[in-house]
Amino acid sequence: MSNYFESEDLKKFGDIGQHAKALADDFFKYYGDVTGTDGALTRREKALIALAVSHAQKCPYCIDAYTTQCLETGANPEQMMEAVHVAAVMQAGITLVHSVQMQNHLKKLVL
Amino acid sequence: MSSPSPIRFVRERSRFDFDGELRKRRIDLPPLAVDTLQVNVTKLCNQVCRHCHVDASPSRTEAMSREGIEKCLEILAAHEQITKLDITGGAPELHPYFNAFVERAVALGKHVMVRHNLTVQLDGHPVTKESRAYLPEFFARNRVEVISSLPYYQEFFTDAQRGSGAFRKSIEALRRLNVQGYGVEGSGLVLNLVYNPVGPYLPAPQASLEADYKRSLKEAFGLVFNSLYTITNMPINRFRLHLEKSGQYDAYMEKLLAAFNPGAAQGVMCRSLISVGHDGRIYDCDFNQMLEIDAADAHDRSLSIFDFDFDRVLGRAIRFESHCFACTAGAGSSCGGATTSA
Repeated sequence: MSNYFESEDLKKFGDIGQHAKALADDFFKYYGDVTGTDGALTRREKALIALAVSHAQKCPYCIDAYTTQCLETGANPEQMMEAVHVAAVMQAGITLVHSVQMQNHLKKLVL
Repeated sequence: MSSPSPIRFVRERSRFDFDGELRKRRIDLPPLAVDTLQVNVTKLCNQVCRHCHVDASPSRTEAMSREGIEKCLEILAAHEQITKLDITGGAPELHPYFNAFVERAVALGKHVMVRHNLTVQLDGHPVTKESRAYLPEFFARNRVEVISSLPYYQEFFTDAQRGSGAFRKSIEALRRLNVQGYGVEGSGLVLNLVYNPVGPYLPAPQASLEADYKRSLKEAFGLVFNSLYTITNMPINRFRLHLEKSGQYDAYMEKLLAAFNPGAAQGVMCRSLISVGHDGRIYDCDFNQMLEIDAADAHDRSLSIFDFDFDRVLGRAIRFESHCFACTAGAGSSCGGATTSA
């Protein structure tokens, strides 16, 4: 292997069960229950949330997987791009709102 | 007419073994009926779609002979159990005997469906340049069921698959069909649309996508239609070439295999339909036709409209290959859309 994040490695997700099968089984059941069925949110809405989180967390596996999942649940490219913008503004907002801390401290420091 | 040619298909070695999957799951899929005669009258088309399993284009010349059309009508007349004629292509309206074929099948009391690509209304004949603008009125007069491919309710995906400008032409063609009453509640004129993914992924659930199509086409263009059929892309011909060139063939097949649905297998269309090629040979479906996997009777003899025998056709064993996984994945796929609500 010459690179991190080989796209082929996505297929090995199940291998997290090595050395900790019971925990992996619990995780995959939880994962399937949350993402694989319509609930209070539709599978499409969940896929769009997951796509946004994939970008916020900068996970290339998840971006590939949830781009496909969005299409397979009927999301359109505008909805997908808007979901990424939600992730982007959340990250920008989180950065900017920390400036309140900076300003608080600034006030303390300035005579 | 000469006797049918021998079976030419040579079974490919594939790790995606459909027959093996059926054996493993103890699923037997004999034909149940022949209620639909699906006839591919021509491979000529005004479009060159990237996913087309027929490899249809303006340069194709294959077309059913007058004799072949007559034979199909003769079979329809002689078999009341074959209630539906499904005319496909290419763009079937480019066939010189298309109008007569429709009118005479309707006169026989058959339910006639036409796989109409919409854009041919505006493009006309790609070689002779003859207009096909009369089609909406012709369809309505004959009360034909119109089934039209519209890969998406937005321009981006539709043009990516069907070529630049296809979406706008399709919208105008749908408007002309609506003017005739197609898709309009109470008119009895049925207009169904077909969605297929614009790449190697499975269709979204048919019901939710139909709701999206209806809302979006109504809001954006004031258009109406009856039902949406979701169809899974077949990993054959032009689409398979794309998958292989982009290194996605194995991943797509693995996706189809992983999504194998026994319920969808029970509902595969080849159990109630036969497909007729332009040369009169009979196949289990339009996809087998394009791969030249002839349907064969219990004695392994190829079947043809020119020596048609209903019992031989019904007694055949359906011939499956790796592409059949596309019809059994997820909610299933057929010329009438999903075969289950899974």
